[in-house]
Amino acid sequence: MIDVRLHLKYSAFALEVDLHLPGRGVTALYGHSGSGKTTCLRCIAGLERAEDGFVQVNDEVWQDSRSGLFVPPHKRALGYVFQEASLFPHLSVRANLEFGLKRIPRAQRRVDMAQATELLGIGHLLERHPQHLSGGERQRIGIARALLTSPRLLLMDEPLAALDSKRKSEILPYLERLHDELDIPVLYVSHAQDEVARLADHIVLLRDGKALASGPIGETLARLDLPLALGDDAGVVISGTVSAYDAHYQLLSLQLPGSALHMRVAHAPLALGKALRIKVQARDVSLNVQAEEHSSILNRLPVTVIQEIAADNNAHVLVRLDAGGTPLLARITRFSRDQMQLHPGQTLWAQIKAVAVLA
Amino acid sequence: MPLSSADFSAIWLTIKLASLTTVILLVIGTPIALWLSRTRSWWRGPIGAVVALPLVLPPTVIGFYLLLTMGPHGYFGQFTQWLGLGTLTFSFAGLVIGSVIYSMPFVVQPLQNAFSAIGTRPLEVAATLRANPWDTFFSVILPLARPGFITASILGFAHTVGEFGVVLMIGGNIPDKTRVVSVQIYDHVEAMEYAQAHWLAGVMVVFAFLVLLALYSSRNTKMGWS
Repeated sequence: MIDVRLHLKYSAFALEVDLHLPGRGVTALYGHSGSGKTTCLRCIAGLERAEDGFVQVNDEVWQDSRSGLFVPPHKRALGYVFQEASLFPHLSVRANLEFGLKRIPRAQRRVDMAQATELLGIGHLLERHPQHLSGGERQRIGIARALLTSPRLLLMDEPLAALDSKRKSEILPYLERLHDELDIPVLYVSHAQDEVARLADHIVLLRDGKALASGPIGETLARLDLPLALGDDAGVVISGTVSAYDAHYQLLSLQLPGSALHMRVAHAPLALGKALRIKVQARDVSLNVQAEEHSSILNRLPVTVIQEIAADNNAHVLVRLDAGGTPLLARITRFSRDQMQLHPGQTLWAQIKAVAVLA
Repeated sequence: MPLSSADFSAIWLTIKLASLTTVILLVIGTPIALWLSRTRSWWRGPIGAVVALPLVLPPTVIGFYLLLTMGPHGYFGQFTQWLGLGTLTFSFAGLVIGSVIYSMPFVVQPLQNAFSAIGTRPLEVAATLRANPWDTFFSVILPLARPGFITASILGFAHTVGEFGVVLMIGGNIPDKTRVVSVQIYDHVEAMEYAQAHWLAGVMVVFAFLVLLALYSSRNTKMGWS
């Protein structure tokens, strides 16, 4: 478990959070700029000092202001990836990587040079100088450098925000490998919902220095009481399990979690039982009173209406649905809602026009 | 031989004074510059202004106050007498103290600029990579501020070589102890030895040019923070 209680006040901003986060997997601190997510991360690292704070990572307490304990950042077993890679310009790539590594006693090293360079695909860059690298390469080295300190917690502060979308998509697969292959809990600060949906297992939603919600990603993104749902890109993330592959039509079947229902996506074949994350945008889900058999739409699921709220404009409403245990969101016009006489408990068919495969 | 042995001894004394002053200034100037570049304390303004005072004050003013403080009735003079060292006025040690104060801004300011340019990020990175503050100073700050240290050393040395007013006020004109090149030239001119003065003045012009040439050439080899 990661326990973080912080109370910090600047002239125009106050951070007040009390978080209990899973001690494994990727937890996203998600919010707009100014929501306090970076300050939160810096306090956990000890780069900033909350006057009233308690930080515990698994069995290590890093700050407890009640007993006056404050472990300085260089004595905390953490890795920190900054928004700009911040490589040391006076050192080669190899010396940058070794900077942290050689300060870790041999017996405590759990990630070695070969593993880190292989994981991030930077073996061919070791003798180069940071000035001669692309932004994406620099950031991969920044991540490897942090990993080489064998951290008990990896803190990442918008590691992709300074990169263009091409570089981003170049790094994301490496971050996924990190998630799959290393057993290091990650706190990932981001304001990009697509990154969070793709990488995070758990999400903390921050606004104005307060945590509005904290929970598993699938459930939390589908909650209608959070401002997450209001935007045009409202949607849910579903972690399905590969259950079949239709080689003729090249369609992959995914079983939805906690449900007997399946969805199909166009995708290359994958091993049965493998997990695949997909995102279904609320605007891509339409509702039908009857099952529409003669339609080009591939995915039709029987759903129950749970709740309805206003969307970001007056023409639309957002509807939270239950597809055999998996939450779904639909964004429909107010006109259609009245035509269908939509009400909680109603059984309908959801037609899903598009599914984005995340990972 | 155009330069007399008195000229050579003045040159040697000048080099000795300037080298010692530069070394002392690098040692005490580095923490001052580091503090000035990092602190958010109210004292930053006043301390910075005091360090910069020699830039604007006439050297005779600095020399006058040093003469009073280091003299037999001054606080510092009484302290050195209590230690059994006598007074430091009209001695080489007194000249070193005077030069350190006089050349202070020329060392502190380039260092302060270099430290400010590094910013706090590299220090934070080093801390998250388990480097303690001393380790960070030697492995990150020192190498990144190298151009600043080079500039500070050159300026501190050169400015001490060019000092005249302070020397005259607190050091007088004692051969081998306080008679530096600038005072020696003054003596030559007073004695109407224009040829001697020419040679020594020429050496100073060449020296000053070479120093500035080194300084401006080194500007091109700075490394940026990426």
